[in-house]
Amino acid sequence: MKVNKNIAISESGFIFNPGTGDSFSTNAMGQEIIRMLNEGKTREEITDFILSRYEVEKGILEKDLGDYFFMLGTYHIVQNG
Amino acid sequence: MLPYERPIITRYNPGITNKFGSRVDYFPFTQIDGVPVKRIIDEYGSPCFVLSERTIRDTYRNALRAFSTRYPKVQFAWSYKTNYLNAVCQVFHQEGAWAEVVSMFEYQKALQNGVSGDQILFNGPDKTADDLRTALHNNSLIHIDHFDELYLLSEIVREGGKKARVAIRINMDTGVYPQWDRFGFNYENETAWEAVQKIMGQPNMILTGLHCHIGTYMLSTRAYHLAATKLAQLALKIKSQYGHRIAYIDIGGGFASGNTLKGSYLQGSDVIPTMDDYAEAITTALLGSGIPTTELPYLYLEAGRALIDDAGYLLGSVVAIKRLSDGRRATIMDFGVNLLFTSFWYDHRITPAQEFSRHTEDMVVYGPLCMNIDVVRENISLPLLNRGDQVVVHRVGAYNMTQWMQFISMRPNVVMIDREGGVHLIRERETVDTLNQQERTPAHLRANPQQ
Amino acid sequence: MKTLNIALTGLNNIDSPGPGVPVARALRAGGLKHVRIIGLAYDNLEPGLYMHDLIDRSYQIPYPSAGSEALFNRLKAIHDIEAIDVVIPNFDAELHNFMRISDRLKSELGIHSFLPDHDSFEMRQKSVLAEWGEKLGIKVPTTKPAFSWSEARQMASELGYPLMVKGKYYDAFTAHDADQAAAYFYKLSAKWGLPVLLQQIVKGTEVNVTALGDGTGGCIGAVPMRKMYITDKGKAWAGITLQDDRLLEIARTAINGSRWRGGCELEFIKTHDDQYYLIEMNPRFPAWVYLAVGSGQNHPEALVRLALGESVGPMTRYEVGKMFVRYSYDQIVDLKEYEHINTHGWL
Repeated sequence: MKVNKNIAISESGFIFNPGTGDSFSTNAMGQEIIRMLNEGKTREEITDFILSRYEVEKGILEKDLGDYFFMLGTYHIVQNG
Repeated sequence: MLPYERPIITRYNPGITNKFGSRVDYFPFTQIDGVPVKRIIDEYGSPCFVLSERTIRDTYRNALRAFSTRYPKVQFAWSYKTNYLNAVCQVFHQEGAWAEVVSMFEYQKALQNGVSGDQILFNGPDKTADDLRTALHNNSLIHIDHFDELYLLSEIVREGGKKARVAIRINMDTGVYPQWDRFGFNYENETAWEAVQKIMGQPNMILTGLHCHIGTYMLSTRAYHLAATKLAQLALKIKSQYGHRIAYIDIGGGFASGNTLKGSYLQGSDVIPTMDDYAEAITTALLGSGIPTTELPYLYLEAGRALIDDAGYLLGSVVAIKRLSDGRRATIMDFGVNLLFTSFWYDHRITPAQEFSRHTEDMVVYGPLCMNIDVVRENISLPLLNRGDQVVVHRVGAYNMTQWMQFISMRPNVVMIDREGGVHLIRERETVDTLNQQERTPAHLRANPQQ
Repeated sequence: MKTLNIALTGLNNIDSPGPGVPVARALRAGGLKHVRIIGLAYDNLEPGLYMHDLIDRSYQIPYPSAGSEALFNRLKAIHDIEAIDVVIPNFDAELHNFMRISDRLKSELGIHSFLPDHDSFEMRQKSVLAEWGEKLGIKVPTTKPAFSWSEARQMASELGYPLMVKGKYYDAFTAHDADQAAAYFYKLSAKWGLPVLLQQIVKGTEVNVTALGDGTGGCIGAVPMRKMYITDKGKAWAGITLQDDRLLEIARTAINGSRWRGGCELEFIKTHDDQYYLIEMNPRFPAWVYLAVGSGQNHPEALVRLALGESVGPMTRYEVGKMFVRYSYDQIVDLKEYEHINTHGWL
């Protein structure tokens, strides 16, 4: 999964997609995930990282990540593959 | 380890405001009358109804003050159908309220709660001959709804014994839409007067009161003013034609609670009249009606919703969160329209019972039933909720604990918090046995013939 | 010298404009010293948000449907930063909540306002306007409130088509038949709630008055205007001040009869036989209020002075034949600003 080119994300969690003109807001956890995607981390690596730092069960995290990646795809922020 | 928050992303829709605009609640609702919500759920399960005795008493005393400081003779009668849990009724009775019932089962409840028969107002269109005999025997106030009932009662009083103390229910045009003309006798077309004449001609019936109930969730105090004026005029007419003095005028109920009706642009609590507004409209009508001060009738009130709604809370938990095919967030709660019948017409306020961050999501809130109409809120903006999170639904004291359904799941525990913060179980949760004890399975259909 | 911090809403200077921007302009043009204008916005694209020469800082506030408590809490948070002296709400739909909390704003936060009381606000509601007009001897077209379409259909056939279908707070459409009326009924009830109003159409010229009442029956200022050009949304694009003593007298009767406190707009139709029909009394300044300023009466400034407890004498003179010609203007906005209002709730 790759973050689309030119997607701008600010410190406040404001995301702008220059290709579509849409803007979005994401929370701190979302920012962290997008940062890791930008670093080229895989879904598994992201999962392991969050599990090592945050108080969350693996099953819940996987469900939440699935939903988040689905929305990133819906909003054309990431490309699969 | 750091605290975890589910990642979310929301698109800004031009023109549609964000969290600063749409958020209503900035703080979690963690306790009721000082008792932690979490503790109640730990001890009594989720979902769970909670009633605040303090709020009931405060609300009642405020209503009584509003009317009795304006009018010399005021009597409230607790509307059993609104919430007939015995503990609730007893709070009202301790405060001095009589009982207003609309069925024999409610009537029996009132008697069992220690209400004296002559302090029960018996309303409703469906009273059987036996019901009427019981009411007559106990000297209760029988509010006649239609001519069939009037004829039935006149036969019963001929059986001898006591005289019936009766009132007639009257419907009228008060500028309210829809006009509730299905109950009682109509004022404008003289049917009400015809009923008065028939009763005055019955030696064994005493026309004691005049009753009306103009609607429900009434936002207009002017309609009450009009209704009280018309009843007072009728009382004056009865006095002048028959020399008979009406003992009481029962203006019914229908006062609005702070809930927000679906389709209303403003919040219910911002638009409803106060109890003082209602009292002002009704009492000025009676005081200015021309009835001499020494002959003023008692004013009876049957308020239900406005006296109990605020005192009731429903505690519940998040069962699941999911996403609908159109991308909307859906939250499934462990309570639905089976327990929250009023969600068919109110946009109930729902508040998380634990800390939350500044982020919110627009969502549909569903109940747990396997049926499509089980929707608690069609669109609400709430902080991020996770499975197991607890929420508080506000203003659920009226009608939910009488109209609830045994559909798919059983009714949960109901607790009351007393004025010292003590929590009392006032109705135990139903189990499969609750249902089964009423059932009779023929022998040849039993799984276990020994049953 | 202390600055005077004035908060106001209605920054939506769009094709159906709110009066916030012209009110801000009026306050800057007047004799008030050291004015700081704080914009209060509902939407993130209200143009006034981005007019930094006119509005010093803006904050988002919760929609009226969130209730008066949410509004109070948000205003309190803004007040902690801005020390608001006066607040001027400029939307019909928000007034109810502002009126409800105005005493608390004053006593708990020291924020002044100058709003009508509940009774005068209610008596000019569209559904009871006719009744009120009758009491004062002001003609009002027959208007009926409908709570369901079946009820509306019945009323409509009594009134006859074409007729006006109006929302409880905003929006009005002309319906030529029952199908159109039904469509408007559902649209308006979904947007503004019930009732929806049906109103008889009176033919003639639209003439309006912007006015300021002192709350005791006195009229502090009133300027009549005829719309010269009307957009497809029914808004004036250009208008001219009139000399019309009869119209002014009717306006003063309305202000007096309602003990109106604050700004308002009276909309009339003047028929061909010179009858004046009151169509609506809007409970705030109109978007064209700056025409009053330009012709000699600064109503927003006077309102601020009244709100602060100063005594203000009635303004009776204004220049007849002054015009306004509205124009649209494309502001250039940096994405950073849009981001800021969205993520921080202020700009």
